[in-house]
Amino acid sequence: MISSTPLKCLVAAGAWALLATTSALAQGTVKIGSVLSVTGPASFLGEPEDKTLKMYVEKINAAGGIGGKKIELVIYDDGGDANKARTFATRLIEDDKVVAMVGGSTTGTTMAMVPVFEEAQVPFISLAGAIEVIDPVRKYIFKTPHTDKMACEKIFENLKQRNFTKIAMISGTDGFGASMRAQCVKVAPTYNVQIVTEETYGPRDSDMTSQLTKIKNTAGIQAVINPGFGQGPAIVTRNYAQLGMTATPFYQSHGVASKSFIDLAGAAAEGVRLPAAALLVGDKLPDSDPQKKVVVDYKKTYEDTAKQPVSTFGGHAYDGLFILVEAMKRANSTDPKKTRDEIEKTKGFVGTGGIVTMSPTDHLGLDLTAFKMLEVKNGDWTLVTPGS
Amino acid sequence: MSEFVQFLMSGLTVGAVYALVALGFTLVYNASDVVNFAQGEFVMLGGMVTVFASAAGAPLPLAALIAIGAAIVVGLMLYWFAIAPARGASAVTLIIITIGASILLRGAAQIVFDKQFHKLPSFSGDAPVNLLGAAVQPQSFWVLGGTAVIVLALYLFLERTLMGKAVLATAANRLAAQLVGINTATVMALAFGGSAAIGAIAGILITPITLTSYDVGTLLALKGFAAAMLGGMGNPLGAVAGGLLLGLLESFGAGYLSSTYKDAFAFLVILGVLFAAPQGLFGRRAVNRV
Repeated sequence: MISSTPLKCLVAAGAWALLATTSALAQGTVKIGSVLSVTGPASFLGEPEDKTLKMYVEKINAAGGIGGKKIELVIYDDGGDANKARTFATRLIEDDKVVAMVGGSTTGTTMAMVPVFEEAQVPFISLAGAIEVIDPVRKYIFKTPHTDKMACEKIFENLKQRNFTKIAMISGTDGFGASMRAQCVKVAPTYNVQIVTEETYGPRDSDMTSQLTKIKNTAGIQAVINPGFGQGPAIVTRNYAQLGMTATPFYQSHGVASKSFIDLAGAAAEGVRLPAAALLVGDKLPDSDPQKKVVVDYKKTYEDTAKQPVSTFGGHAYDGLFILVEAMKRANSTDPKKTRDEIEKTKGFVGTGGIVTMSPTDHLGLDLTAFKMLEVKNGDWTLVTPGS
Repeated sequence: MSEFVQFLMSGLTVGAVYALVALGFTLVYNASDVVNFAQGEFVMLGGMVTVFASAAGAPLPLAALIAIGAAIVVGLMLYWFAIAPARGASAVTLIIITIGASILLRGAAQIVFDKQFHKLPSFSGDAPVNLLGAAVQPQSFWVLGGTAVIVLALYLFLERTLMGKAVLATAANRLAAQLVGINTATVMALAFGGSAAIGAIAGILITPITLTSYDVGTLLALKGFAAAMLGGMGNPLGAVAGGLLLGLLESFGAGYLSSTYKDAFAFLVILGVLFAAPQGLFGRRAVNRV
């Protein structure tokens, strides 16, 4: 991590000064907490996040920790249950006395934990998607994943470039689908896009041909958008091809930005476009892209250690952990308040999700460039050339 | 017209799956008065075991046989280790045991398999068949055909074989069946094994359409149970009719009314039916002798 000796000394000195003044820090370790949905319905989020945190905390400790102090990671599994998440959050604050938290796999669990961390004045970097986490801005709450609003904007930006104005939406009724649908409806007028017709499906539905038939029979639809999550969008994509609708451009969301979507949807996924983080197409990025090194390294480390394909969700945990660690290093302290101030000053941090520059009014710090528009071609992701 | 056929085929396909799950409920309910809420897990096992066996190199038909076999073993174990020892307990206790078994199976599947979604290739390709202007997946015909074959086989077994008559006799009156020399324990084991096999076959047939994961069973069990209630608990014909009707209600509800309220619509109709005919469409009328 830090190679220059003077800096090391400085950090050590800073740490020493703190040790002398703050008794809570006298244990010689930095306690970072995490509540993740490692099991349960959101386990596809929590599992890679859990693995990523453990993997990189080990690496950071092997390289000397933060200013000579090892990180002690305390992870609790909430099973996707917001009530449990809140209980664990309280335990992290009161019993474990953590100095910061990176976690909260879902928007539900995150929002349940937000008050606990706000009250205790401990920084909390959330891994949840929805914009509610950071809008309105709360002093101690940050997040790393892109918001669904950005995904809508990225899709609409692409629609605008292709001169499409009339679209149909078919969205899942799960939290993710409903939230993104609402954001899309909100930003559509800004991009001069008219949502002509809308359909929904349940997150566990196994057939969406009825809904798609209705969209198919609506005149003038130029593109279809499917905000959704899990297996639903894969089935929608298959039904879309089954009904022979592929002549109409079809957009998925970042919610299905993983290789398993292509596997599940099969040949039907050809031509589908979606906004996604650079992580998904790391090896296809031009060498000039500043994110290339970070995403390629993370992908390799994750796949070598976890023996499973990389997902953007694990990447969010990577970003959260390093934003926190770098803030602590800059602050020369692990004091929650000083760390918080430094997290907010994060500038030009190159993560897997994009380049993060936070401010007192922006606790996410990503702009639309963080998303790449991808298209499925020959069973793999390809970057869509801007303007097409 | 093409729109109608599209909704019809979509509803029949989904309905056939509900029908098979409902049929599993019926079989066990008849033999033991237990509503087996682990029925959905048999469907999951059928799909998941086939996926993993074929990923391990087994050709699809063999993988399917392994899956059915595995489900039957689990079904028998459920009977021998959980239901049989609690013999004499009230039906509610037994139902709670099956709910426990369903949670156990789901948890075990998470560990033995994984938490990802999986698919199987369609049995006869993915090119949609044009039926009166509607595009239908070839797999839909497999699901419908498979359901028809299972229903027919079950009918023949119950009506034409001695063992089948024994099941019917146990269903009608367990004590009387025991008195005439029917081994009701065997009948019950048969019912659990049989319903597990039906569930597994359903799982294998639908996985190419619906995908599968360790937790697909929960919702299917719920829908299958609703179908069985709608058709009349304990009546195999009612189970099939109830399943198909539920599938059609959902599909036409989504197509002609609103996709947001399709489930609400389906359940409203079920409530309406049960209000008018508490025994379900084909249920046995409960007679109180005075």
